[in-house]
Amino acid sequence: MADYQVLVIGAGPGGYVAAIRAAQLGASCAIIEAEEPGGVCLNWGCIPTKTLLHSADLFRQAKTADAFGIELNGTPKFNLDKAVERSRTVAGQLNRGVRGLLRKHQIPLITGKACLLGQGRVAVTQASGEKTLSADAIILATGARPRELPGLKPDGTHLWTAREAMTPNALPERLAVIGGGAIGVEFASFYATIGCHVTVIEMAERILPTEDAEISTLLAEHLTAEGIQFHTSTRVSGCEREGEGVTLSLSGPEEATTSLTVDRAIIAAGITGNVDGLGLEHTAVEVKDGHIVTDAHAATAEPGVYAIGDVAGAPWLAHKASHEAIACVERLLGNEQAHLPGPEQIPSCTYCHPQVASIGLTEQAATERGYQIRVGRFPLIGNGKAQALGETEGLIKTIFDEQTGALLGAHLLGSQVTELISTYAVSQVLETTEAELLQTVFPHPTLSEALHESVLAAWDRGLHL
Amino acid sequence: MPISIEMTAATAGMESATLVRWLKAEGDSIAEGDIIAEVETDKAIMEMAAPAGGVLGRIDVPGGTDEVTVGSVIGWLLEPDEDASALPSTDQSAAAAEPAPAPEPEAKPQPAAAAPVHSSTTRPFASPLARRIAKEQGIDITHLTGSGPRGRIVRIDVEGAEKQKLQGQSLLEHSGMRKTIARRLTESKQTIPHFYLTLDCDMEALLDLRRTLNARGEKARQPYRLSVNDFLIKAVAIALQEQPAVNVSWQEDGLLQYSDSDISVAVATEGGLITPVIRKADEKTVLTIAGEVADLAKRARTGQLPPSAYQGGGFTISNLGMYGIKEFSAIINPPQAAILAVGAVEQRPVVKAGELAVGQQLTLTLSADHRAIDGAVAAQFLACLRDLLEDPLSLLV
Repeated sequence: MADYQVLVIGAGPGGYVAAIRAAQLGASCAIIEAEEPGGVCLNWGCIPTKTLLHSADLFRQAKTADAFGIELNGTPKFNLDKAVERSRTVAGQLNRGVRGLLRKHQIPLITGKACLLGQGRVAVTQASGEKTLSADAIILATGARPRELPGLKPDGTHLWTAREAMTPNALPERLAVIGGGAIGVEFASFYATIGCHVTVIEMAERILPTEDAEISTLLAEHLTAEGIQFHTSTRVSGCEREGEGVTLSLSGPEEATTSLTVDRAIIAAGITGNVDGLGLEHTAVEVKDGHIVTDAHAATAEPGVYAIGDVAGAPWLAHKASHEAIACVERLLGNEQAHLPGPEQIPSCTYCHPQVASIGLTEQAATERGYQIRVGRFPLIGNGKAQALGETEGLIKTIFDEQTGALLGAHLLGSQVTELISTYAVSQVLETTEAELLQTVFPHPTLSEALHESVLAAWDRGLHL
Repeated sequence: MPISIEMTAATAGMESATLVRWLKAEGDSIAEGDIIAEVETDKAIMEMAAPAGGVLGRIDVPGGTDEVTVGSVIGWLLEPDEDASALPSTDQSAAAAEPAPAPEPEAKPQPAAAAPVHSSTTRPFASPLARRIAKEQGIDITHLTGSGPRGRIVRIDVEGAEKQKLQGQSLLEHSGMRKTIARRLTESKQTIPHFYLTLDCDMEALLDLRRTLNARGEKARQPYRLSVNDFLIKAVAIALQEQPAVNVSWQEDGLLQYSDSDISVAVATEGGLITPVIRKADEKTVLTIAGEVADLAKRARTGQLPPSAYQGGGFTISNLGMYGIKEFSAIINPPQAAILAVGAVEQRPVVKAGELAVGQQLTLTLSADHRAIDGAVAAQFLACLRDLLEDPLSLLV
């Protein structure tokens, strides 16, 4: 008999949720973690960066406080050390919280490095030695790490990964952000707000390339106005340390090369799954493009071995990992109704200023798939609450299937839209059509009314436009 | 005490019917015997009379409700000195009709499931998008199995159903008439113990007579043309008088004996089969019958037949001879106990006085309800019918 019914490798938002759900369903389970419980998300990703970005938001508000009738004694200053310290404190609290949750469900947290041996066995290398565990089901939730670009090896001092970027000792005067995806744009927004000269270099023709083109273009306009410079359709072809700085060679459109000298550069050019050293060679598990190949139920090619979250591929989002964890565990413990969330049900959020949040298909993707679409747009400047908050920049864009009224996608730019998107996420899961969204009574005065107005606009019924 | 209005059985053996509409509104004063509602059964719309006098206190089953069980309460009459507070609560009936929610696999408290369900509508448990797509694709969502939480029908279930229909197929919604035919014939074939008797008739004499009469008909002041079927109706009508044991209906509490020869004649229309009735056909001439059949068939095909024209026959004739069908077995048209399936009159080799000859033959197949009619009785009826057809002058007197 195996030691455990379910053995989870990796205690991030995928792994620890999988273990808790397995325990709730009465399965014997354990979780192996090489570093800190909570994973990148909690320790080095979502939570600490959102803490820093909140400090930046408060700083921005403090700078404009006068317009709201608040007189501050002197010019507000950003204390980087305190902001970083607070961010680490919050991460530490949540880390302890995850340990507490595992204890509450009596799930052993085994600190060590796991290596699959095949046939349901796992070797765990710990400080105290090595031991072998066996399980009926093994869930790989080892997450992902920043992708390394050729010639751009992070050095921990000048060439930063996200980890150094969220624990800076001093504020660089000039900063390059290599990669204009969600992580890059958040760092760019943070550092620009607290006073850096920031340049973003993105290979694709626009920043946030997976977001709706209209939203990404609007965001670029706002960030440019904040002083951020953008080099799109551009690669970093070389990197030289020069004194206290770094000089990057940039190959722009039509192979035009320029150079950019900065004090620090953040490498945020995508991530790759943590598949090395896992002993996958002892199993039939397949790896493609740095990620484990799984089927519609998170099963790998090796019977009894599952993979969820970042290691199983994009989108690299904590909430996707947690939901995959629940569905995967429920299914392997006998609930055949459990399904992984569909891609159209997974919202995506970027916490720059203004924020970006989206769910479902972009306008372009909807058109390419052959839908006859109706698009609703409502600029936040038409929303009373946005006026009251002084946060009038932004747009609520909705895309509907003209034929069935299905909400195909929603793309939001503006203050607090990462909170607002959940309304559309619920709509997606409930499979509402435009009719139910039109019937829904949104309270006044709220930013959420803009969600309603966008739907009205899509069906040519806009009231405040 | 308020008086309940119950769904009544318009025909014996009826188990449910459609409550088409109320002719009185809540609060209307009603005298005993007043027509208060219309009920659709099988192919007819019947009127429902008030069981007592009073004020219509409450309507429990709204107009347009299908499959209302006979005997179930559809409304309440109040006596003059009563008001609505005397009415029983609706919750009792609703709660009784709704099965208790199945327990969840997890023994956690589930407030939504624990609350009693008061559902008076038949709205399917489906997502709005699933309902919308189903409507557009013409898919009956009530037949789908939901894969969503608690069996909710979601988009993929409807799309799955759509995929099952291969290219070049489409689902046509059933008409009310189609549903009625399906229900009645299924019920008949499944509950009535059918048996079948087949017999050939020599039609030479009848064809000769028909030819002679039709030659006269052409020159008559009011021209006429008689079909073989018109003679058949007359022959069956007479045979039913001679063998009344076939002119019956099986009822749970006894055998219903008809005295008149009311013959239902199956007519194919675009929407389906309908059976107008030639009443007291034994008392009518073949010519009168011919006129009635032509009129009824025409009105049936244009959908202008009143329920009274197709209700209450005692025996049905189904004739597929005009399509060259040699013989077939028909399904009994309840509550009747027998149906005659008529094939084509055709030339066949026959043996006459020991010699092979060419005869004009007709094959008749009688389907009979063995609960009501025994084999020998049915055989005697069929033999009598053959004698009448082979001696056609007997149909003219």
